[in-house]
Amino acid sequence: MRLVVDLNKCQGYAQCAFLAPDVFAMHGEESLIYNPRADEEQRERLARAVAACPVQAITADGLDGAADPADGAADGASREASDGR
Amino acid sequence: MPHASIMRQITDFANRADPYPVYEELRGTPVLHEEEGGPYIISSYYDIKALLHDPRISSDATNLAAAGDDELAQSEETGGLPPSFLRLDPPEHDRLRRIANSAFGPPHRPRRIESMRGDMREIVNGLIDGFGDAREIDLVDQFAYPFPVTVICRLLGVPREDEPRFRAWVDPLVASLDPDTRQGADAEFQKEAQEARMQLGMYLAGLVEKRTKEPRDDLLSDLVNSRGPDGSMTMMEVLSTSVLLLIAGHETTVNLITNGMLTLLRHPDILRRLGEDPGLSVNIVEELLRYEPPVQLVPQRTCIADIEVRGVTIPKGSRIWLVLAAGNRDPERFKDPQRFDPDRGDIQHLGFGSGIHSCFGAPLARLETQIALSELARRLRDPRLVEDPPPYRPNAVLRGPRHLNIAFEGLV
Amino acid sequence: MAADYLEWLRREGRIVIVGASLAGLRAAETLRAEGFAGELTLIGDEPYEPYDRPPLSKSVLLGMASPHHTELPHRWEIDAKWRLGVAASGLDLTAKRVRLADGDEVEYDRLLIATGVRARPWPKEDEARLDGVCLLRTREDAADLYRRLKAGPRRVFVIGAGFAGSEVASACREMGIPVTVAERAGAPLVGALGGVVGAVAADLATENGVDLRTHVTVTSLEGDPVGRVRAVHLSDESVVEADVVVVSLGSLRNTDWLAGSGLGAGPRGIACDAGCRAFDFRGIVTDDVFVAGDVARSPHALFGYQFLSLEHWGNAVAQAETAAHNMICHGADRRPHLWMPAFWSSMFGVNIKSVGVPPMGEQLMITQGSLAERRFVGVYGYQGRIVAAVTFDNTRWLEFYQRQIEQGAPFPVEHPTVDRRPEGRQPVPADFPDPSLPTHGPMVTLSGYSPAEQQLVFHPARH
Repeated sequence: MRLVVDLNKCQGYAQCAFLAPDVFAMHGEESLIYNPRADEEQRERLARAVAACPVQAITADGLDGAADPADGAADGASREASDGR
Repeated sequence: MPHASIMRQITDFANRADPYPVYEELRGTPVLHEEEGGPYIISSYYDIKALLHDPRISSDATNLAAAGDDELAQSEETGGLPPSFLRLDPPEHDRLRRIANSAFGPPHRPRRIESMRGDMREIVNGLIDGFGDAREIDLVDQFAYPFPVTVICRLLGVPREDEPRFRAWVDPLVASLDPDTRQGADAEFQKEAQEARMQLGMYLAGLVEKRTKEPRDDLLSDLVNSRGPDGSMTMMEVLSTSVLLLIAGHETTVNLITNGMLTLLRHPDILRRLGEDPGLSVNIVEELLRYEPPVQLVPQRTCIADIEVRGVTIPKGSRIWLVLAAGNRDPERFKDPQRFDPDRGDIQHLGFGSGIHSCFGAPLARLETQIALSELARRLRDPRLVEDPPPYRPNAVLRGPRHLNIAFEGLV
Repeated sequence: MAADYLEWLRREGRIVIVGASLAGLRAAETLRAEGFAGELTLIGDEPYEPYDRPPLSKSVLLGMASPHHTELPHRWEIDAKWRLGVAASGLDLTAKRVRLADGDEVEYDRLLIATGVRARPWPKEDEARLDGVCLLRTREDAADLYRRLKAGPRRVFVIGAGFAGSEVASACREMGIPVTVAERAGAPLVGALGGVVGAVAADLATENGVDLRTHVTVTSLEGDPVGRVRAVHLSDESVVEADVVVVSLGSLRNTDWLAGSGLGAGPRGIACDAGCRAFDFRGIVTDDVFVAGDVARSPHALFGYQFLSLEHWGNAVAQAETAAHNMICHGADRRPHLWMPAFWSSMFGVNIKSVGVPPMGEQLMITQGSLAERRFVGVYGYQGRIVAAVTFDNTRWLEFYQRQIEQGAPFPVEHPTVDRRPEGRQPVPADFPDPSLPTHGPMVTLSGYSPAEQQLVFHPARH
């Protein structure tokens, strides 16, 4: 599952790090680091973290009403060197 | 003057069972100041939230004393111990809270609370099994009250064989904190509470000494042995923090669980769904913290500067009440706010406060209540309220039923 | 007629978004969420679905996340045609066509440009090609750097002590790797937060074992016979041996592909109005080309209508949403992009957050906490008003200061605050470098009204 935290909103309440310690961790007292790709087995814990976030900063696929990721979005047809335009 | 007595209505016991109509009236005057020297009462969601993050507002007990105390502000006094971080401003607040946190949660102990899940379920089911063949119970005395104390014992590291002794001291201590009980109590009761406090203090001090020599995997060991950048806690600070966890985490959780079961019994469809799907407890508990928060208002803040809120200037030195429970049902913030709806996509609340004083024990309370409610929903067969509304405790701040009698048809 | 056109556009028009990163994705989601039913195409030069970049210098280097898995969750089904792995190479405004690097062309009725920025490379190309000389912008960069750090280099050398450079240095120390950081200014983060706060960042770095060299520039990178970087030569004539060099000199806006298009695009981005509509080179606003994210430069009413370029995550989201909304609605329903600038960083376990535009500040007041304890709130003032605030491990107070900025609250901050120390009673100069001098990757670029940057030079494109 993909997730993203709006760290402008985040105020370091750490509720997510209590509830899903394999996905979210506090680095120091206040800053949050997290794995943007959580294992499927973390779904329940991730849902708890999303619900408990006091500032509603966590968006995750398939939770909180978010749509499922677009299938086959990575169109493999045209791949080129990615540097520069 | 129709609103001349709103403040009195908030404290009036007659409104305890349903204070929400009073809060609704209150929101009509978002900054209410009814009497000279009285508090400024704030009731809208956005104003409360802003003031919880406003550095011109102090939580320091000495500022409050200077501003003139009131009955509600006294209700969390812990008696005899130095002020806890609840009643301090930074930097002292931050230092003590950081050290306490280093024994409690991330980054140092990220799994301490989560790892109690199994224990909690076991305690809950032990209590439910204890209902035996009864077909009617008092949820407060038989469940919502003993559960959090047992959890705190395990968390602190009180040995199981000492739990009965420990609880015998905690019960009168917690009871004595209720202002109404205190006011009406006779000398014998006071003496008993005093004795309990002393015994508990001595017991904890002894335990602290043991844990200093022989640390274990518990919170007390970590508190006494913390050697972080903030230094370590003194013996007094360890004791005061332990008692704070005991007291602050106690009555609030009792009320959250009891208010929760009461609300679910009034919404039987949701109670039934919870019995089938324990995962629903996550949103139910968040919505409960909005709909029936255990801490109704924060009465102990003071302005240290003139502050303007919605065009009203609150003069420096004034006391402020932040009525969390009114903000939680503010139609400016929530759609259909008077409705209990765990399915609303947009659940947010002031139930744990916000800002630097936001509830320290929130993760513990959340987990305890999720487990308590989902197990009750699963195991009580056909539960119903014996009395609605139930009798309430006198306290207007830490609001909740004194008893909650539930009839049911046996256990699953 | 305009109403008819808009109806048609919403129903069956073609919208093309160039740039398939955060801003592009959020714009696409907003278009669909607001009812755009036509054809939507996203063009991105990287061969990947939109992914999040901030974790690349934080969670990824700290080993908490994989550089290959920071893809952004989708908030809305966007049903788009994806052209990934192929860069846009030109724009024909008259024919309403985007040219692609593979020769293909894509027609649009309305266009959103969200091409962002790329890392500024080391200017000497032969040295930049040495093995071990790294950038950090893309997920491939992050994967490469992480692999090299895991291999246990003897020393990492970071050129430039902006946020990204400092975050890399912090990660190195966390992994126990010796690291040297060179900075042209007197301290890290000076361009973004000024010299007073920069000094705190300098102490933080040094105490965590970073070998910090300030007031120096890197003159050359030295390779060994097989083409691996071996040493870094500095302007003070010192030489530092290092086997990994991270070039962290800020970014370049991806506007090259617009050369000759007639849009008001250049090295400082693409100028647009507050409604995200791009200007052409004559300064006349276009009606079917919109801009969002790092590449945009738009006037902000709260900051004297100066044109702000904000390389901020939150700006990309907010501006993309505003641009998308404005692309498919009537003039009267359009919204201005008035996002309050805000960013975060974290290094050496300290959380740094800011609101407003610190480099606009002439003076600074520490209204809460203390610089020495590295826990504080700093407030920036300009011409009697609060224009910005920064916190080190004090984020919960920040929203108060954001409202103060929005209300144009007076500076200096006269009212008492909790935790005010003696050092916070008087404002001090914020100590920003002269804006006419180049700095390493400022997070905010002011232009237009700033006295030091009065000239706006237009280089007409050759067709």
